[in-house]
Amino acid sequence: MNELSVNHLLGIKHLNINDLNLIFKTADHFKEVINRSIKKVPSLRDITIANLFFENSTRTKLSFELAEKRLSADVINFSSSQSSVKKGETLIDTVNNILSMKVDMVVLRHPNPGAAELLATNVDATIINAGDGANEHPTQALLDSYSMREKLGDLKNKNILIVGDISHSRVALSNIYALQLQGANVMVCGPKTLIPKYLHKLGVLVEHDFLKALKWCNVVNMLRLQNERMTDSFFPSVREYVQQYGLTSDILNSLDKDIYIMHPGPINRGVEISSDVADSKNSIILDQVENGVAIRMSIIYLLAQKKPLNK
Amino acid sequence: MSKNIILNDKEIDIILQRLACQLIENHQDFSNSILIGLQPRGKSLLNRIVQILTQTYNISELNYGLLDITFYRDDFRRNEKILEANTTDNLQVEGKNVVFIDDVLFTGRTIRAALTAVETFGRPSNIELLTLIDRRFSRHLPIQPDYRGRQIDVYDNQKVVVDWDKETRKDCVYIINKV
Repeated sequence: MNELSVNHLLGIKHLNINDLNLIFKTADHFKEVINRSIKKVPSLRDITIANLFFENSTRTKLSFELAEKRLSADVINFSSSQSSVKKGETLIDTVNNILSMKVDMVVLRHPNPGAAELLATNVDATIINAGDGANEHPTQALLDSYSMREKLGDLKNKNILIVGDISHSRVALSNIYALQLQGANVMVCGPKTLIPKYLHKLGVLVEHDFLKALKWCNVVNMLRLQNERMTDSFFPSVREYVQQYGLTSDILNSLDKDIYIMHPGPINRGVEISSDVADSKNSIILDQVENGVAIRMSIIYLLAQKKPLNK
Repeated sequence: MSKNIILNDKEIDIILQRLACQLIENHQDFSNSILIGLQPRGKSLLNRIVQILTQTYNISELNYGLLDITFYRDDFRRNEKILEANTTDNLQVEGKNVVFIDDVLFTGRTIRAALTAVETFGRPSNIELLTLIDRRFSRHLPIQPDYRGRQIDVYDNQKVVVDWDKETRKDCVYIINKV
């Protein structure tokens, strides 16, 4: 198979295992390209991409922009804080105005779950979801899986642990879908108040004892507390959270095995992960960032391929 | 579908020996040269040439590798057939004499893409082209081979196939009509 089954990347739940394998295989080639002295390919020189970020982002936005430029696409950036959205314009109106400037593809980050899906059904452009509320963040999940595969090979029957604020995390949900598609065992760990009640119905193991969970896993993905999405008090104090769920070198040293440590960023050093652990030899956090560009190049390339030029 | 065989294994072998000798004539010990097979079809021809140079002519330090041009093609989103990318080696081309190796030279567009692709690794001193089959009168671009196995005339509705048989070594080149 050399073509994606979807025309937009809205979420991992819309993909199948062949799509994942194709994305990873294509990313392998792009990873080789971005390590050459000239890191650019001309494939998308006739494509214009709009990056619409209605929420703050550093690495995702930079990573998308770099991926687009490496593919020779023309790029326009939009941030809601400097736009007419503040004047009351709807999302679809904003996007349609941008599309009338002959934009082919839209990368959308939005605080509302389902925003990418809404756009995909209402506007004539390829949509890539760069995070929609607490719903999905598919490109993060794909780069996470890709980084794990680099270290562990095939993820079938591997034990992957996701720790932290699962309730408010789009990274967790997309990772669960992606890992399960590849046959991995997934466990989530965190305070009861930060783990959705229904999660076990997805076939995910739920554990509240952090040390027990760490002993089970091959890889731990530490998530940040999404304070900006918390409307209530979910744990007594940050200090207590750190004591129970903060990853430190003391805890890692107490395990009788090595595990890989991941974090989607931004890291709150000293909260979910200590500084020495984040910078340790088993940390693959910077690999994730590097792989993010290759994965996003792969996705943009494969989606562009689905839209042939009118002859 | 009928095959019109234009070269059999013995003829191909003689041509490959000649091409190898021509390369030696221009590149001597190959110390400042690199042979680059263009993926996917140039891979087998590269392997045969390398085999002859190293085993028959004892060229000891031969630089060679593979280059994939998929991301540099000029027909992305224009071609109904979706092309899969292949592996590219880490090519050291800076200041080197590069020889592209491909089985059939047709429109010249693959070579144009390869010229762009190879520059992403550095600036070669010069670039030559070796091809087993040169389809005459079919070029879309001003590109010609420096080393040519056999020049042939083929109608537009025909395809030239180079069949490298790894097990029996009964290689052949034939022409078929496109469906």
